Amino acid sequence: MSGLFKVSSNPHVRSRVTTNGIMLAVIIALMPAAGFGIYNFGPRAVAVILVTIASTVLTEFLFGLYKKKMTITDLSAVVTGLLLALNLPVTIPLWMAALGGVFAILVVKMLFGGLGQNFMNPALAARCFLLISFPTAMAGKAFECDAYTGATPLEILKNGGQVNVMDMVIGRTSGTIGETSVIALVIGACILILLGIIDLRIPGSYIVTFVVFLVVVDLAKGQWISPAYLTAQLAGGGLMLGAFFMATDYVTRPITIKGQYLFGIFLGIMTGVFRVFGSGAEGVSYAIILGNLLVPLIEKVTKPKAFGYEKGGRRSEK
Amino acid sequence: MAKLTFVGGIHPYDGKDLSKDKPIQDILPGNELVYPLSQHIGAPAKAIVAKGDRVLAGQKIAESGGFVSAPIHATVSGTVKTIEPRRVVTGDMIMSIVVENDGLYEDAGFYPQASLEELGREDIIGIIREAGIVGMGGAGFPTHVKLSPKEPEKIEYVIANCAECEPYLTSDYRRMLEEPEKLIGGLKILVSLFENAQGQYAHGIIAVEDNKPDCIALLRQLTKDEPGISVKALKTKYPQGGERQLIYATTGRKINSTMLPADVGCVVNNVDTIVAVYRAVIEGRPLMERIVTVTGDAVANPGNFRVKIGMSYQEILEAAGGFKIKPEKIVCGGPMMGFGMFDLNVPSTKTSTALLGLSRDDVAAMEPGPCINCGRCVEVCPGRVIPSRLADYAEHFDEEAFLANHGMECCECGCCSFICPAKRPLTQEIKSMRKIQLAKKKK
Repeated sequence: MSGLFKVSSNPHVRSRVTTNGIMLAVIIALMPAAGFGIYNFGPRAVAVILVTIASTVLTEFLFGLYKKKMTITDLSAVVTGLLLALNLPVTIPLWMAALGGVFAILVVKMLFGGLGQNFMNPALAARCFLLISFPTAMAGKAFECDAYTGATPLEILKNGGQVNVMDMVIGRTSGTIGETSVIALVIGACILILLGIIDLRIPGSYIVTFVVFLVVVDLAKGQWISPAYLTAQLAGGGLMLGAFFMATDYVTRPITIKGQYLFGIFLGIMTGVFRVFGSGAEGVSYAIILGNLLVPLIEKVTKPKAFGYEKGGRRSEK
Repeated sequence: MAKLTFVGGIHPYDGKDLSKDKPIQDILPGNELVYPLSQHIGAPAKAIVAKGDRVLAGQKIAESGGFVSAPIHATVSGTVKTIEPRRVVTGDMIMSIVVENDGLYEDAGFYPQASLEELGREDIIGIIREAGIVGMGGAGFPTHVKLSPKEPEKIEYVIANCAECEPYLTSDYRRMLEEPEKLIGGLKILVSLFENAQGQYAHGIIAVEDNKPDCIALLRQLTKDEPGISVKALKTKYPQGGERQLIYATTGRKINSTMLPADVGCVVNNVDTIVAVYRAVIEGRPLMERIVTVTGDAVANPGNFRVKIGMSYQEILEAAGGFKIKPEKIVCGGPMMGFGMFDLNVPSTKTSTALLGLSRDDVAAMEPGPCINCGRCVEVCPGRVIPSRLADYAEHFDEEAFLANHGMECCECGCCSFICPAKRPLTQEIKSMRKIQLAKKKK
């Protein structure tokens, strides 16, 4: 045997987990929420989802042609498109949805260097861009679909009204296409957790902090928080979608383990501040975008100690 | 009870079933044996034979080139054919003694220097040095140096590294099953070298991963009347057998890259090394053989072989029936830490643990992509650093950031490269930067 063999530096084996596989898993995990959105809001939701995904993928494709480096096969553009669609109201004009897709991919992702380089979640950044540019079209009041029109549960709460918590958990309320059903979102989150794609560090610390924040605010007002209000806050708006699918976005969350807890805590506080003291009813998107901007700082202060450098390095001996 | 282990690590496909039930088989070398003068860490050995000399099996043919060095012994009888640079596993050309095997296997006779009771600490270390024993787990650090720390009275634990966490490897496993008394005997000799490693509770630790319950049971049975030795079951996880991880798992003590195990009172040796110590001290035999696992899905009859050091890999492979399918990649050692080989006509050395023939090369099959910051490398890194960032610093040659972020703490275990979904060569980037930094430090 004198033929030559392949050589490379060790290690010589690789795990089966790939970037594509992760993206595909996220797409699958978003299916329950997307499916419920379509059921809830009707066929126009399909149109919004397809237009947004087509717009993100096409933008990345054209950019790839220009840069002579094709990257659409990694499926990340599909994930961005799908997430953006789930964050849009069903009544949005389709050209706006498409514009959001272009903004997400071109401005937020590709201009900063493509996959892995964006400092904000592209889908959320695009949602905020649309919120600022077209507030009427993006607001919950613009709903004109058959089943659920009118204000979102959080807006009703904000104005002192009563909401049906059960409807909110199932998702039979108004809101963006993908955010209404807690059940569908939790099924998706479980898929991601079981596949090891995400863990509970960020969603857990986020939601717990948010609950603590609400309890403290009510205590400061001299009252004990009402369970119905708390559940409505948890089930309403983009909290579940944001906590499990947006805040956990690898690229725009801290890579350090301690930093992830800190990030979740920050998001919980900011969401609480926006929802309780802000003028709008929603706060998740802005909280996460703000959190994204703080990531470099969070990573800096939570830089891990290398093995053997910790204080009190000795574990108690048994 | 929480399992003894460390934070981080991975669970690669272990492939041990291919060869774990194959008893150790003795194989004989071909006509030519090659002994590179540098098969350990430290100064190369100096040849003390000349072309044309007749040598016997077990005869010293090269002496230590310094304190951190080890002599080399002939493993067959025959004639010195030549002394010239030969290609070794790593691809380097190393000055080597080439011996023509006469097939008689005549030896010089092996006699222990004295009975164990009569030997003092210095005598035993002297025997180990003269026997040419080096760390046989792969590093090749001369064992007598390891056993001579600055303050021997500070050593409290002697740990036998029987984790064998590297996938596919089963040589240590077979060794423990087939010659457990030599392992235990060798460990007792090592424990006897350190006054503070004796006493009320066990200071000789045999650390075995719990995927080898039969070894654990057997060793526990054999050591039940040995209060000085305890067998500890470790969680099965790569790199459980890494020195820092092993010390932490068994004693709870932590060392970083700037420290030696002796700094926390530990001495760690591999199974094969400890058996070699036993054979040198009790039987008077220098280091001439080792166990090599030949395995992988491309190998016809995977197995464990007792080889004479200096045999070529080609001969070792033939003992296992050659390849049944064309291998894509051949690795000397395990898949995580081994060297990729481009030619099989290189000699086995004291540190040859395995020969692995894989029909699929993951590295070539998977194209690296951009980092998506997923943090898997951070989760698995036993050094608790951020491999993806260190690799970035290395790529951009940002030495300052590399050092500030504990780049030197990388133990090159390969977990990050294994787990990376983008298939980035993280370990490789970090390793090349570390090499540059280590070379700078030496100057």
